[in-house]
Amino acid sequence: MSTPSPKGQLTRDEVAHLAHLSRLAVSDEELDLFAGQLAAVLDAVAQVGKADVADVTPTTHAVPMTNVMRPDVARPSLPRDVVLAGAPAAEDDRFRVPRILGEEA
Amino acid sequence: MSDTLVDFDEVLTRYEPVIGLETHVELGTASKMFCGCSTTFGAEPNTQTCPVCLGLPGSLPVVNADAIESTIRIGLALGCRIASWSRFARKNYFYPDIPKGFQTSQYDEPLCTAGHLDVELDGETYRVEIERVHIEEDTGKNLHVGGATGRIHGADHSLVDYNRAGIPLVEIVTRPIPGTGAKAPEVARAYVTELREILLALGVSEVRMEQGNLRSDVNTSLAPIGSLDWGTRTETKNVNSLRSVERSVRYEMRRQAALLDAGERIVQETRHFHEDTGSTSDGRSKEEATDYRYFPEPDLVPLAPDEEWIETLRVALPELPAARRIRLREEWGLSDAEMAWIVNAGAVGLVSDTVAAGATPADARKWWLGELARRANDSGVELIELPVTPKQVAELAGLVAAGTVNDQLARQALDGVLAGEGNPGAVVESRGLAVMGDSDELVAAVDAAIEGNPDVADKVRAGKVQAIGALVGAVMKTTRGKADAATVKRMLEERLVSS
Repeated sequence: MSTPSPKGQLTRDEVAHLAHLSRLAVSDEELDLFAGQLAAVLDAVAQVGKADVADVTPTTHAVPMTNVMRPDVARPSLPRDVVLAGAPAAEDDRFRVPRILGEEA
Repeated sequence: MSDTLVDFDEVLTRYEPVIGLETHVELGTASKMFCGCSTTFGAEPNTQTCPVCLGLPGSLPVVNADAIESTIRIGLALGCRIASWSRFARKNYFYPDIPKGFQTSQYDEPLCTAGHLDVELDGETYRVEIERVHIEEDTGKNLHVGGATGRIHGADHSLVDYNRAGIPLVEIVTRPIPGTGAKAPEVARAYVTELREILLALGVSEVRMEQGNLRSDVNTSLAPIGSLDWGTRTETKNVNSLRSVERSVRYEMRRQAALLDAGERIVQETRHFHEDTGSTSDGRSKEEATDYRYFPEPDLVPLAPDEEWIETLRVALPELPAARRIRLREEWGLSDAEMAWIVNAGAVGLVSDTVAAGATPADARKWWLGELARRANDSGVELIELPVTPKQVAELAGLVAAGTVNDQLARQALDGVLAGEGNPGAVVESRGLAVMGDSDELVAAVDAAIEGNPDVADKVRAGKVQAIGALVGAVMKTTRGKADAATVKRMLEERLVSS
């Protein structure tokens, strides 16, 4: 994996790595384009770092609640034909997906 | 491709192994971790799914309270500290078995940390430090189509069943375990065995390894003896039998030693274990932890188990296997070695249940570790898989103790029980296995033995009492083993030995 670049910059290698993790095909031209665009996005977000938060407790969740749980009771699932109707492809009552590349068992 | 391997004993002359285990346990809850779908094993594909476990847009997870309770109980049984504040995190990766594009897991705030498990092996105790116990969800199951073996290699495409996706999965991670030397493979196995016993005692999972309820990732590394470094580890994924845990460590030690001997480096990687050959092969190179882009799960609020709840669970923990073994050993009056034999045979529960059904500890132990162990071994199955119950074994032992059958007849009765002919008493009846009393038939057999062996009879009459054994044997033969040897001997003596 590539080493993180200095703040505010993003290398082509980093963009290529992120694209791989997201399983996105990105062309060479797009790498240059996205590296610039993503750097601008990071810069914008980095402005949050300028806020003085020395006296602010970190927020762990937008809703101040804990221990929201449900009892362990099984409920009906969706009918299989409904489930598979949402699949790009189905075969033998299962979701059919393309061969998984780059990984061998 | 076959690896170069160094002889196991030779590995130990130059290297010191360090092992570590990450064990995944599917909890036995009725519903999934974050939704109400059933967890029943073996259901028709994709019949136990819903918008939540399929990761459909707009669906929201809700935590299963029983799964949290089970995780805390596992942590308590392992002597862990239970976190007063714990969060879920998203582990992001793209793979078809995880429909959401991330696995809901825990990262830097697990429910339980810093425990330990003492593992006994050949009279020695090895303390395994537990780094963490956390809760997450299981993945779907891929079926690779088009390849010769159902594996990814050569497959055209994959078929996915999401019934398993979202089943509560507890991960138990050890710290690195150094100092086990030649025992490393066996310590790894003994650790998983003991962990399995604890999970059984807690009743949190069926822990059926053949169904994948419990699977271990086994880390192994080697370092030159005397080195301060622990060496680079490999991780053998999803090892799902106790025997394979042991074999995978042994294999990796032998393979890594050959590489190190040749001056090569060990690559930190994921490996796959092959049951048929007992070997490992390289899998995908492990993505670095940062590649998972963990971040706190925004759809779930934190867990903050209160002290009172934790204490209630702690107090209610069942007797754990180690304590139970000590108690039973004392109750049964066995030596450490005798008890260890029962433990190693996986027969503690069977012997215990047999004693509870009325057999003496000595009889229960004798049957399970003797005749029944032999038969299990002959058929290549575990003791627990034999089609005989502890109650039936107790009944059989009772029939021997009452003199209804002798040991030989009892073994024939056992044949019948194992063949599904019913309980021991019924088999003795139907097969006519009861020992003969002082019956006319037995008298006739005794007289016939004397008449048929006049030379032997004369010797006995002349005072060579030990020769009587041949006559006893003749009677046993004509009665096809149904006579009681002691009774036969007494009857012969009455006829041949003048008092």
